[in-house]
Amino acid sequence: MDTTSFAASLAAIAATQEDISRQLSKLAEQTQDLAPQTISMASGGFFITGLTIFVLACFVGYYVVWRVTPALHSPLMAVTNAISSVIIVGALVAAGLKTLCFASWLGLVAVFLASINIFGGFIVTARMLHMYKKKAK
Amino acid sequence: MTASFIAISYLVCAVLFILALRGLSSPESAVQGNRLGILGMTLAIMTTLCLPQVASYGLIVAALFAGGVVGALIAKLIRMTALPQLVAGFHSLVGLAAVLVAGAAFFEPEAFGLVHEGRISYGSLIEISLGVAIGAITFTGSIIAFGKLQGLISGSPLVFKFQHHVNLLLGALSLVIVVVLVFNPSPALFWGLVFLTGLLGFLLILPIGGADMPVVISMLNSYSGWAAAATGFTLENPLLIVTGALVGSSGAILSYIMCKGMNRSIINVILGGFGGEQSAGASKAHGDKPVKAGSAEDAAFIMKNASSVIIVPGYGMAVAQAQHALREMSDILKKHGVQVRYAIHPVAGRMPGHMNVLLAEANVPYDEVLELDEINRDFSSTDVAFVIGANDVTNPAAKTDPLSPIYGMPILDVEKAKTVLFIKRSMAAGYAGVDNELFFRSNTMMLFGDAKKMCEDIIKALENA
Repeated sequence: MDTTSFAASLAAIAATQEDISRQLSKLAEQTQDLAPQTISMASGGFFITGLTIFVLACFVGYYVVWRVTPALHSPLMAVTNAISSVIIVGALVAAGLKTLCFASWLGLVAVFLASINIFGGFIVTARMLHMYKKKAK
Repeated sequence: MTASFIAISYLVCAVLFILALRGLSSPESAVQGNRLGILGMTLAIMTTLCLPQVASYGLIVAALFAGGVVGALIAKLIRMTALPQLVAGFHSLVGLAAVLVAGAAFFEPEAFGLVHEGRISYGSLIEISLGVAIGAITFTGSIIAFGKLQGLISGSPLVFKFQHHVNLLLGALSLVIVVVLVFNPSPALFWGLVFLTGLLGFLLILPIGGADMPVVISMLNSYSGWAAAATGFTLENPLLIVTGALVGSSGAILSYIMCKGMNRSIINVILGGFGGEQSAGASKAHGDKPVKAGSAEDAAFIMKNASSVIIVPGYGMAVAQAQHALREMSDILKKHGVQVRYAIHPVAGRMPGHMNVLLAEANVPYDEVLELDEINRDFSSTDVAFVIGANDVTNPAAKTDPLSPIYGMPILDVEKAKTVLFIKRSMAAGYAGVDNELFFRSNTMMLFGDAKKMCEDIIKALENA
C-alpha cells in the first residue's frame, strides 16, 4: 500500500519536475527572443544620441563659422579640410586589426590618405595665417 | 573605466576643434586656433591607438609617416596661387578615405562591433551606404574640380543633352542598390554603389563652369564633413559626428555666402551650364561704341595726383600673378601721400577668401583689405577705382538691367569713383558673358595689357616722374 502511494507521489513529483523544466525552457526561449530586441533598442538608442549630438554640433558650427572674418575664408576651408580627416579614427581601428585582412588594407590606405590631409591641411593653414600681417606703424 | 576615459578624451578633441574654428574670427587669434586644431588631431589619433581593438602598430606607423611626409611636402611646396586646386585635391582624399573606412566596416563588421544576431544590423548598413555615397561623390567631384582649377579640364561648363535625366537616373539607381544592399549585403552591391555614386559625383561637377568654383569648392568642403559625420554614425563615434557636423555646416555657410555674392540659388549653380552660350551674342551689342584707352603713364599721372585710390582685384590678378607688382605700386602711391585700399567682392577668385590670401602673400596689411559691405559707400568719395582682373563684379548692369543674367548680384560701385582705371587684356566679355557698360563710360580709362606687366609699367612711370 505504502509503496504504491509512494510510487504515485514520485510520479507526481516527476510530472511537476517535467512541467517546471518545460516552463523554464520556455522562459529561456522568451529571454532569448527578448535579447536581440534589447540590442536593437540599444543601437537605436545610439542613433538617437548620435542625432542629438549631430544637430547640436550643427548649431555650434553655424554660430562659430558666421563669426569667421571673410578675409580668413581660405584658411577656414584649409583647416576644416584638415579636421575632417579625423575620419582617420575609423581608419586606425580597421588598420590595427590583429590579423591582416582585406579590411586592414582598406584601413591602411585610408590612414595614409587621411594623414596626407592632416599634415597638408594644417601646414598650409599655418603658412597662410603666417602671411596675414597688420599695418606696420 | 577605459571606455569613459576614451569618451572624455574624444570630447576634449571635439572642443579643441570648435576652438580651432573659433580662432579664425580674427587674424591674431587664428594662429593659436590652428595650433589647437593640431593638438586636437594629435589627441584623437593617440586616443584611438589606445583602443583595445587596435592590436598591431607597425603598418599604421608606416602609413602615418608616409602620409605625413607627402602631405607636409605638398603643403610646403605649393604656390599660393595654386591654393584652390590644392584644397579641391585634399577634399577628394577625405572622400576616398570615407569610402575606404565604410568599406572596412562593411567587410569586417565585427571589428567595429556592428554584428548583431550574426549579421550587420539594418541601421548600420544604411549608415555605411550613406558614408559610401557621400564619400564617393566628394571624391570624384573634387577630382573634377581639381582638374578644372588646374586647367586639366576645360573650365567652361560641359553640358550634354538629358544630363539632368542621367543624373536623376543614377541617383535613383543608387537608392535601389542601397535598399537591396540593406537586406542582402553582398560585396558586388557594395562596389556597385561605390561606382554609381562616384559616377554621379563626376557628372554633377562637370557641367559647372570655372567662375562658379567658389561655390563648388565650398559645397565639396561641406560634403567631406557630412561624409565624416555619416561614418561617425556607423562607428557610433561622437567625435566624428561633431567634427563632421562642424565641417559640414562650415562648408554650407560658405556656399550660401558665395551664392548670395552671385545672387543665384544653390540649385541654379548645381544644375550648371551658366555663362556658356550667351557670350557670343552679348559681346557684339556695344560693337562700335568709343572706348577711351590709356597708357601706363596716363594711369601713373592720374593716380599720383589722386588723394585716394581703391584697388579692385579679381581672378585676373591671380592668373597674371600681379599681386606683388600691385603691392609695390601701392607702396609708391602711399609714399606720394595717396590713401590706398583694396575692395574684395565675395566671389572674386576661385575660392572663398582667395584674393585675401594672395594679397596677404604680397605683404598687403589685412587692415587695408576691405569687404564689399565695408567699402562700397566709399567709392563715391574716392578719386580712382583701379580694377585689376575683375569684370562682372563691377558691372552696373547688375543694378540697372533686369534682363541681364547677373541682375540682382551685389556689385562693387566702382562707377561712382571720379575715374575708373580698368586693366584688361582685351574687350572680351566676362565669365557671365555680359558686356560691361562701364568700359564705355566717360570717366573710365581702359588700360589694355597683362595685369602684371601693366603694374610694372605704372611703377616705372611713377618712379620716373
